[in-house]
Amino acid sequence: MKTLDGSSPVTLYVNGQPRCGQAEPRLHLGDFLRNELGLTGTHLGCEHGVCGACTVLVDGVSSRSCLMLAVQAEGAQVRTVEGLAHDDGPLSMLQQAFHDSHGLQCGYCTPGILMSLTELLETHPAPDEAVIRDVLSGHLCRCTGYQNIVAAALKAVQAFNAVQGRRSA
Amino acid sequence: MKAPSFQYVLPQTLDEALAALHEMEGSRILAGGQSLLAMLNMRFAFPEVLVDIGRIGELAHITDRGQSIEIGSATRQRDIEFSDVIARRLPLLREAIGHVGHRQTRNRGTVGGSLCQLDPSAEIPTVAMAMDATLTAASVRGRREISMAHFPAGYMTPSLEPDEMLVSVSLRPWASGHGHAFEEYARRHGDFAIVSAAVLISLDAQGVVDRASVTLGGVSAMPVRVKAAEQVLLGSRAQAADLAAAAAFCKAVEATSDSHVQGWYRQHLAQVLCGRALKRALERVER
Amino acid sequence: MTTNPPSTGVWQSAPRVEDEQLLRGQARFLDDVPVDDACHACFVRSAQAHARIVSIDTEKARAVPGVVGVYVKQDLFGELTSWRMPLGFALAALPENTTPFVLVDHEVAFVGEAIAVVVASSRHVAEDAASLVQVHYAPLPVVADCRDAVRPESPPVRTELSSNILQHYVLAYGAIDEEFAQPQVLISEDFWVHRGAGHPMEGRGVLAQMEKSTGTLMVWSSTQMAHELHYTLALMLGQPEERLRVITPEVGGGFGAKFMVYPEEVVIPALARKLGRPVKWVEDRREHFISAVQERDQYWSVQLAADRDGKIRGLRGTMIHDHGAYTPQGTNVPYNAASSITGPYIVPSYHLDVSVVHTNKVPVATIRGAGYPQAAFVMERMMDRLAREVGLDPVQCRQRNLIPADKIPYVKPLKSRAGLPLTIDSGDFPALQARAVEAADLPGFTARRQASESRGRLRGWAIAHSVKPTGRGPYESVRLKIQPSGTVAIYTGALAMGQGLKTTLAQLCAPHFGLGPQAIEVMAGDTAMIGYGHGGFASRQAIMAGNAVSQAARQLRDKVLKVAAAVLGVDISVLRLSQGEVLSLDGAHRVSLARLSMLMKGVPGYALPMVDDPGLEETVHFHCDAQTYAGACHVCEVEVDPEIGHIEVQRYLAVQDSGNIINPQLAEGQVVGGVVHGLGNALFEHMAYDENAQPLNTNFGDYLLPTAPEVPPIQVIFAPSPSPLNELGVKGVGECSTIAVPAAVVGAVEDALWSRGVRISEFPLTPMRVAELLGHASATEQS
Repeated sequence: MKTLDGSSPVTLYVNGQPRCGQAEPRLHLGDFLRNELGLTGTHLGCEHGVCGACTVLVDGVSSRSCLMLAVQAEGAQVRTVEGLAHDDGPLSMLQQAFHDSHGLQCGYCTPGILMSLTELLETHPAPDEAVIRDVLSGHLCRCTGYQNIVAAALKAVQAFNAVQGRRSA
Repeated sequence: MKAPSFQYVLPQTLDEALAALHEMEGSRILAGGQSLLAMLNMRFAFPEVLVDIGRIGELAHITDRGQSIEIGSATRQRDIEFSDVIARRLPLLREAIGHVGHRQTRNRGTVGGSLCQLDPSAEIPTVAMAMDATLTAASVRGRREISMAHFPAGYMTPSLEPDEMLVSVSLRPWASGHGHAFEEYARRHGDFAIVSAAVLISLDAQGVVDRASVTLGGVSAMPVRVKAAEQVLLGSRAQAADLAAAAAFCKAVEATSDSHVQGWYRQHLAQVLCGRALKRALERVER
Repeated sequence: MTTNPPSTGVWQSAPRVEDEQLLRGQARFLDDVPVDDACHACFVRSAQAHARIVSIDTEKARAVPGVVGVYVKQDLFGELTSWRMPLGFALAALPENTTPFVLVDHEVAFVGEAIAVVVASSRHVAEDAASLVQVHYAPLPVVADCRDAVRPESPPVRTELSSNILQHYVLAYGAIDEEFAQPQVLISEDFWVHRGAGHPMEGRGVLAQMEKSTGTLMVWSSTQMAHELHYTLALMLGQPEERLRVITPEVGGGFGAKFMVYPEEVVIPALARKLGRPVKWVEDRREHFISAVQERDQYWSVQLAADRDGKIRGLRGTMIHDHGAYTPQGTNVPYNAASSITGPYIVPSYHLDVSVVHTNKVPVATIRGAGYPQAAFVMERMMDRLAREVGLDPVQCRQRNLIPADKIPYVKPLKSRAGLPLTIDSGDFPALQARAVEAADLPGFTARRQASESRGRLRGWAIAHSVKPTGRGPYESVRLKIQPSGTVAIYTGALAMGQGLKTTLAQLCAPHFGLGPQAIEVMAGDTAMIGYGHGGFASRQAIMAGNAVSQAARQLRDKVLKVAAAVLGVDISVLRLSQGEVLSLDGAHRVSLARLSMLMKGVPGYALPMVDDPGLEETVHFHCDAQTYAGACHVCEVEVDPEIGHIEVQRYLAVQDSGNIINPQLAEGQVVGGVVHGLGNALFEHMAYDENAQPLNTNFGDYLLPTAPEVPPIQVIFAPSPSPLNELGVKGVGECSTIAVPAAVVGAVEDALWSRGVRISEFPLTPMRVAELLGHASATEQS
């Protein structure tokens, strides 16, 4: 049975790449991604699981990285905002929609929201505004008032479905 | 807000987990972490060891055993949300789960975690109480069953020995055709309920109430079955006066006051939400 | 010679240049700034609201492995020139002993006050050690309520105070006694108004490093005022100004909470210099609750005198303002409230007795809206009462009293804090109102109300006006330079915190050089790049920085063309700028900006192309002491569940006059964001304390911010009255839309419940309170 006390190596996949870092048991996944792996796109706003800024995808589902220990992510597939557009490639449809719709102001809460909406786009065939607001209810934004975030999400749904060849709701 | 230090163990089997709980001083179960890790980050808890049960396959399952549905304690809340079995056979739970936190917390939070946290406002313990759930606890000494009615020992304190853990919860579905409603009032979408009302009701062929369950969450330190309300409904035809009487009993339940909400308001909400839940539950009864 | 203003690029919704980095997660906020070998700080903060510190024992803390040191006030001896922070608004007339201490060692005056600081290898270790610092307190009497603080027998909030009343003054004009002698209509009401904290999603933070090769103390801070921080650090640390550099990283929101120089921002650089190692402090959310400035309670007791036809004759009353334990900056919040309350209305006489009082709580300073929302609430609620009393509808009653367009500019009989008369320079308030009324579909309200009733809900609506002077002076600075590489760069003392400052400034600059906004480099808040600046607050930057850029761009374009004419040997009239090049109209002659810049850099022994200062650079400090007034008219509809008191905002319309709008999409974003902040104030946000001044809401579970499902569709209409006070005709946007919201929302709730006898004179308004007002409390108690 694995027993961890001090710092130990944690190996996981981040944005498709195998990565390794050191973590004490108490180090949460958010701090691990930011400080061990240098992926500072994921932000910390409250560290008690309410603001959602730290949201990443873990094995396909949105999770608050401040409420997960790095050691719990051993072997997991983690996706962060840095993985949405490949390296210096073009922005993803969702990111582009945010840009076009002015869905971000200071940008601090944005990475977490992008990850939650990425999960939504990839799993829900035709989310409407109510579903989008429901997903967004797990995120705090002090700048935008959410209206343009919703508009960006709807725009992305359209673009996504067009590419997927699905009919929109 | 960074957590204090602790040891971390990752058992692969239930027996390993129980052994760790028993042998390691100051050990606590880490399930979904949505409550515990927040408490740790805020330094409200100082466990010496966290026993992570997230990889013990036998603890995460939804099993239809005919007379009952057995849910492993480490079953994620999202799995409840997307389960056909739950939707068909435990519609009250299905309705309640949509109120539990947010998509992001349901993805990791567990049924057992919520049951053992016993937040007075939490939806899962309220449903468990409404359905007379049976909880199975295990330790190195073996297993035992605890009725939900006896599970809360006090405010946010389950009746578990320090080295005991919850293994599963069993809920007995009501006969098909019954009515159910989970009614909650929270300040914002996804917040803990200020008060919630969980109602199950069934009518016999003559339209007389032959079974009723009325439970309030958030009103006091633990979910409360309002037996008086159930009594007034049993044998009645669930007319407006009967529903009002049941709701009045809900209002009479002693309610806590804290810095955010006064007791009278909880009582008032209990009455209103009970009334609304009963109305909706009755609409759902298949006659 | 001047050139024509640019015809493209400005007054358009140009996409943001900031977005790329932010969307990719590559932007560097304070905690992302890469500095090797930084150690991490954690402050030990007071657990008591008022106590004498008997002893501070740091021995156990210092012994924790990984701890670099644990420092109390005395340990900073030699690093600081003063134990107290300087007053932020240095010209304000306030007692010397009013500012916070850098660290305290003898007395604590609010929960959260910094006592000691731990520096360690990680924040985790620092917090471990901080929990081992033992502070022994001898409790002193606590003043938790400003209404108690105002009484002469209240114990002092700090033992150095002889009174808890920091300021007591009267603002008055007109024949108030006459007007109130025998008023035709007299409305009296008491109000409790409360705002909360700023809560940008990124908290405060500061990183400092002694750059050894040059002996420069480098400081990064998530701030709204980089140059002020620079000045304060030079003063407090005795650090030569030229060996001190403040750099502002990406800022994740400010909202006034970062419009401040905090003790932490002095301690961290002091330690970095002392230790010779980089030190970083990143605020956690709990610290924001207990030590970042906030706005809190005001208690107003007012009377309105009016004629039977609804014309206001006078407004008088008292106001008590909870100021907190110290004055870090000034007392502008209560002054703003007291001096702005008459808003866009003609109020012939006025008398307000104001008490600014200390309490044992976090100091109060400006949060978005800066005291204006509190005053607008009081005025608008009184206006609604007046309307009911005299039988006018809310629109008519306001119409009767609005300053008409032909009276603008309107000199208010009150003065600004600097002693200048408050002059509404522009604005057509009746037209603003008319625009709002037209868009609000008030005739359709009856049908909407019936629909609500069919679902068991009560529906109400309200209208609310507000004005805000914007463009706080004295100036903002911009240095515009064309580098020898050809890059066009703007260096400014203005600061970005999410409002799209860089895009806005780039839009104003780019067309002068035939470029698009993405081609302009904008660097904000780096004290090495520009010597002066004030930063982002008081809705000032579109005006101050915007006009500075516009002016600088015009001047620089003129110079570019002059130099090009000299270099190309043609007449200036045939030259134009396109895509970073100067071209003659016939295309025969061309020269790049890069070459022109290089030529004006000069070559030793050779003459410059023309006699002038070298370089292609213009610095403009845009001066404006007079503020230009932005106005707003909001209409709100709500549904109330009368059984449980739940309030749902159904529709929200914000008509905004912010003059000419540089980028409509960005401006609209500001309005929507501001409205939602106002919704938070109206319905959710409460920095509650108990009778021992212990904060009750210190996490996001207890302190509620609006989330997406609580936000209604918000319609924004711009109705500009261009400002006559600056060339661009712009006015500020950032705070304007927050001000009227509590008035509009609560007014709508009261309208919905009017027939039930409910009268509401407070915010935040909770469902429980609504239920209480509806009589459900007494009904419960009786049963």
